[in-house]
Amino acid sequence: MAQSSPPLLRRLGAAGPLLIFVVLFALLSVFVPDFFGVRNMRGLVLSVTLVGTIATTMMLVLALREVDLSVGSITALSGVVCAVVIASTGSVAGGVLAGLAAGGAVGLVNGLVIARLKVNSLIVTLAMMEIVRGLAFLASGGEAVSIPAERFYELGSGTLLGINYPIWIMIACFMLFGVLLNRTVFGRNILAIGGNPEAARLAGVPVDSVRITVFCLQGLIAGLAGIVLAARITSGQPNTSLGLELAVISACVLGGVSLAGGVATITGVVIGVFIMGAAQNALNLLDVPTFYQYVVRGGILLAAVIFDRLRQAGGLRLARRAASPSPSQSSEKGSATA
Amino acid sequence: MSGDILLAYEGVGKRFPGVVALDAVSFSVRAGEVRALMGENGAGKSTLLKILAGEHRPDSGAITIGGEDRIFVSPRDSQAAGIAIIHQELHLAPDMSVAENLLLGAFPACAGFIRRGAMRARAAGILARLGEDIDPDARLGDLSIGKRQMVEIGKALLRDARIIAFDEPTSSLSARETETLKRIIGELRADGRAILYVSHRMEEVFALADSVTVLRDGRHVADYLDMTRLTQDQLIAAMAGRTIADIYDYRPRPLGDVHVEIDAIEGPGLSAPVTLSIRRGEILGMFGLVGAGRSELLKLIYGAERPTAGSIRLDGGRLDASSPRRAIAAGFALCPEDRKGEGIVPLAAVAENIAIARRNLADRRAPFIDRPAETREAGEMIGLMRVKTASPATAIATLSGGNQQKAIIARWLAADARILLMDEPTRGIDVGARSEIYAHIYRLAEAGRTILFASSDMPEVMGIADRIVVMRDGAISGVLARAEATAERLLRLALPDAAPR
Repeated sequence: MAQSSPPLLRRLGAAGPLLIFVVLFALLSVFVPDFFGVRNMRGLVLSVTLVGTIATTMMLVLALREVDLSVGSITALSGVVCAVVIASTGSVAGGVLAGLAAGGAVGLVNGLVIARLKVNSLIVTLAMMEIVRGLAFLASGGEAVSIPAERFYELGSGTLLGINYPIWIMIACFMLFGVLLNRTVFGRNILAIGGNPEAARLAGVPVDSVRITVFCLQGLIAGLAGIVLAARITSGQPNTSLGLELAVISACVLGGVSLAGGVATITGVVIGVFIMGAAQNALNLLDVPTFYQYVVRGGILLAAVIFDRLRQAGGLRLARRAASPSPSQSSEKGSATA
Repeated sequence: MSGDILLAYEGVGKRFPGVVALDAVSFSVRAGEVRALMGENGAGKSTLLKILAGEHRPDSGAITIGGEDRIFVSPRDSQAAGIAIIHQELHLAPDMSVAENLLLGAFPACAGFIRRGAMRARAAGILARLGEDIDPDARLGDLSIGKRQMVEIGKALLRDARIIAFDEPTSSLSARETETLKRIIGELRADGRAILYVSHRMEEVFALADSVTVLRDGRHVADYLDMTRLTQDQLIAAMAGRTIADIYDYRPRPLGDVHVEIDAIEGPGLSAPVTLSIRRGEILGMFGLVGAGRSELLKLIYGAERPTAGSIRLDGGRLDASSPRRAIAAGFALCPEDRKGEGIVPLAAVAENIAIARRNLADRRAPFIDRPAETREAGEMIGLMRVKTASPATAIATLSGGNQQKAIIARWLAADARILLMDEPTRGIDVGARSEIYAHIYRLAEAGRTILFASSDMPEVMGIADRIVVMRDGAISGVLARAEATAERLLRLALPDAAPR
């Protein structure tokens, strides 16, 4: 029975997000005016860079069976820190480094508390979400900090080979973390810990250091995204990216990353990010009022979570079927014992 | 002394994947009788109780209650028929009060509101009958385990159960609480209830029971209806007596020097310091009943739990075993008892599950995975251990228990482990896969690997080990060479209260 072909649900689990994306994309291209065009496509890709960049490390966090709610606040804090440093020292490099350091530091605190003190990541990062948002307001004095450095804006609006830097950065993250997840011992350890933390520990996986490193990476990448965002809006905004963490988690879950841990693919995350982006883009093109957009976005998240649940139930059924042997097997054992 | 037959098992059979838990068991208990149920771990006592409790349904046969055929489909069904089971693991709500726990499911209420006064009065009445000084308003979780057990017994009294089964009740009771329990059982007997009493303690069984039923390997071995003509020796012989099947195929080998020395190690789960030495290539069996401390000792050696005292020496040199990673670096490996919870990464591929330990060896610093090499190695290991899987990429959760266990052993061979700590490696595994695993273990030992083989299955330990350490209540109670390890001796060392000789 174990030798049969991979069950339908598992195969659907892998191909599901792609199928949804293709259908959605085709429908939007046909029914939404101006959707399928070079200009709009470019805008669409640019619009997903913030969520897409952070989703790469959120993928690692979720694969680890953890969650990080502080990324929206980290994005705001690193943008503000970067702006303040540039405004006061005039050094763009200094500002970028300070922004990255701020993000990495928050991630490190998250990781240390979660891994060493064994506190639930949902609670830790919920608290950090509030604390870091507060720090962003404190650092900025409660107002937007404008950045007096034209050179810095290039990071947000400049292009290479006709493609904007934020898109390059997102692509680089996709590639970097895709390789990290699939090709490195570190990446496979993340999946093993998410799949069964105790089994991973007893097999010699350095569980704590993997957890700390993953949260640190998440902080760094959220910080990077915050700096790029600051460059795009030419200022550090303490109240930016409210609710960003939920959009990022939604994108990951839409892309087939399991909230139960241990299951994640970078292609899935890319598809999830673009499902979200395409839906948002179409709503804007159709001039749907913001109030409805909330409902639609929430609906997409709900659908994603239900999808995840159905897939897990499929996996569970699978495991249960494997655990109970076929009647012929048990009778054979019976006679052997008797 | 006794009245009519109140409870009868009639040809009750029950099968689980890989084992026959009960094979056509028949016996009956009369009103006003205390019947002790005895047998080793795995003899089928718990399954008998679970069928009575409505937690399992028998595959064949039936239970009769007061002459009426009954198969309970749920615990509620069983309770409604006047049956109460006092479980070893207590089914109580720690954050509720004692009174609430006692009356849970039967709160005195008026229009949906609980009548607190009535509830407290009824709870206080029961507690007084138990003779226990327990405040009905106390939070249950604040009570000692023994007192909680008394609350559980109080629940049975409150429900006015006709048939009461106790599953090793005294394992957590103090001497005084044990006396109270004996008094209550006496009262229940005088009151014409039927009582089933599961225990490993000889002294208790002789003091309390009117009769004994002995089970072995899921089969009914004997009923002793007259305790005055029964001796401890007879009882132990009945529990142990069986021949060892030759699926073990013991292979004598010359053993090497002392490989691992455990010196006065102490830690959670142990009641006394443990000292052991194991020779290279030796298979050291570790026998004990459930809860004797076998798993705890293995985890202390492995660094999965921190020892509070003592040391481990490897080939004469002191070993820092403060974490599994360090133990693995020194050549140790653990095949955990809870295969599903601590052994496998269920949704990951068989190949991943095999490769995980080798990848993480502390002296390997390569960040990238060498896929072709790993795939080749996994293929070799799967062939060597004869793991039956569709492909190395199949999720390990879809494999049978025996094949999962072989994959875990393969994991440690790939990591070149030299000392294997195996905790119940054949639990839930059918006979065919078992004998394969035994053959692998001999092959490993012949290749100079050292093996600690912990099991609560006595014939298995006797069949495979060169030497047997017996544990009881968190300490070593004896070490027997293969030649002197008889079933009686092992049981005497493993059972509490059995006089050693």
